[in-house]
Amino acid sequence: MGHIAVIVRRELASYFATPLAYVFILIFLVLAGSLAFFVGNFFDRGQADLQPFFTFHPWLYLVLIPALAMRLWAEERKSGTIELLLTLPISMTEAVVGKFLASWAFSGIALALTMPFWITVNYLGHPDNGVILASYIASFLMAGAFLAIGACLSALTKNQVIAFVVTAAACFVFTVSGSPIVLGFIKGWAPEAVLSTVAGFSFLTHFNAIIRGVIDLRDAVFFLSVIAFFLYANAIIVDLKKAD
Amino acid sequence: MASSKIDAARPDEMISVRRLTKHFGPILAVDDVSLAVKRGEVLGFLGPNGAGKSTTMKMITGFLAPSSGTAVVCGADITEDPIAAKRRIGYLPEGAPCYPDMTPPAFLQFVAHIRGFRGAEARERIKTAIARTALESVLAQPIDTLSKGFKRRVGLAQALLHDPPVLILDEPTDGLDPNQKHEVRKLINVLAPEKAIIISTHLLEEVDAVCSRAVVIANGKLVADGTPEELAQRSRHHNAVRIEVAGPSSEVAAALARLPGVASVEPADDDEGDALMVFARDGRSIVAEVADLARAMRWEVAGLRVERGRLDDVFRTVTATAA
Repeated sequence: MGHIAVIVRRELASYFATPLAYVFILIFLVLAGSLAFFVGNFFDRGQADLQPFFTFHPWLYLVLIPALAMRLWAEERKSGTIELLLTLPISMTEAVVGKFLASWAFSGIALALTMPFWITVNYLGHPDNGVILASYIASFLMAGAFLAIGACLSALTKNQVIAFVVTAAACFVFTVSGSPIVLGFIKGWAPEAVLSTVAGFSFLTHFNAIIRGVIDLRDAVFFLSVIAFFLYANAIIVDLKKAD
Repeated sequence: MASSKIDAARPDEMISVRRLTKHFGPILAVDDVSLAVKRGEVLGFLGPNGAGKSTTMKMITGFLAPSSGTAVVCGADITEDPIAAKRRIGYLPEGAPCYPDMTPPAFLQFVAHIRGFRGAEARERIKTAIARTALESVLAQPIDTLSKGFKRRVGLAQALLHDPPVLILDEPTDGLDPNQKHEVRKLINVLAPEKAIIISTHLLEEVDAVCSRAVVIANGKLVADGTPEELAQRSRHHNAVRIEVAGPSSEVAAALARLPGVASVEPADDDEGDALMVFARDGRSIVAEVADLARAMRWEVAGLRVERGRLDDVFRTVTATAA
């Protein structure tokens, strides 16, 4: 476990060594705030909750998380440091998990900095803080799922831009797979079982259930399973592609 | 680490490469390479670019999985117990990759922590590695901004940090200026008695300067193995005599060529002035014959030297026949 902590520290430090970290956090906060106020009518609704704030998280993540994930493996492969990392006495699991946890912790820091919203809404009224906490957890889990997909796909290429685009596309598919657009497309010809499976993979469905206050452990398990699956795939892809 | 067993039959054998083979799809990159390196030996990997030197090193260090065969490092099999083997290896990958946004001390600290050193011990080891590779002047700069020579030294510091029994250095002096090359070679010579070292290079002078043994790899195969002297003996220059004579060189050359031990006479291709190179038949010693003839003919000899052989020759011959 010591190795994972060392890798997390190095990765986190490297986020903050470049302007990426500050740009990311700033844009995330500005967008999260303006979407909640201007599009979500945070004040005009006259309700003390953070639903208009959380509603936009999947869409924000869709754009921002691939930018966090794209460098994870693509950069290591491009600069050749992957050879250094994987010839140190650590296991592949430690390398994959350490890198993922660092990016997840970083997205957690960005999320934690939205705390003023929570303070504001508590100042203005009496929100259900249980739902808000659950929403924060859901948002964090969803960020983790996006990051796991992004880490996995960034191992496929040396080019960070390709990693970004492919990750954004994949995350989009996962996000909207429960929406009428996708389901309507499948409904005509696929059996019911396929339809419900595809719908079941929708990040949006799982996320929205939690932020509306329907707290079901299965939604958390869903996101954790997605993370586990993509990290496993990540390790396999790194092993296959590391020498290219 | 204590639980690992050292090969009892060959206690000195610190690196043992056993029938290592690597396919990349249809391409056979490394073909059944076996070799052993003992403590105190510096083994030079020679070969043209793309011959399989780096691929072999990548397999020994556990970066690439062999298609078949294995390497055993101080008793730890790289395919069965990769982490134990990697602990014993200091590896400088080709091009000396280091994390560009880190400063050398931060980077070395990362490596020290991964290798299990903490606190004062980590600081001490980082200090030693920095001193050994003379990095003191660039400690505050991100590795990104360093010159090629300094980057290579950071990579070297990383490989030396844990004072490993086995060092594997892929082109350690590539891109360095002559002074830096000299420093790195001196460092390798200092480290050599306690360690088993493999370095790859395409500089033959480097083999002379640091290696106690050299292997030539061409097309993935091991085509020659021996001390630099043994390899040099396979050169056509081995025991050739370089002679500088005043007067018409064509007559001198013709007379020399008639000697029974002489294979051929050519103008010397070095730039030390006009001279003839008298090649010996089958590498036998001909200097006495040449000297006798010179005395008998009363030539004005300005210089006479026996060549020990040239690695370039051997390198070219063995790699050309293998191709």
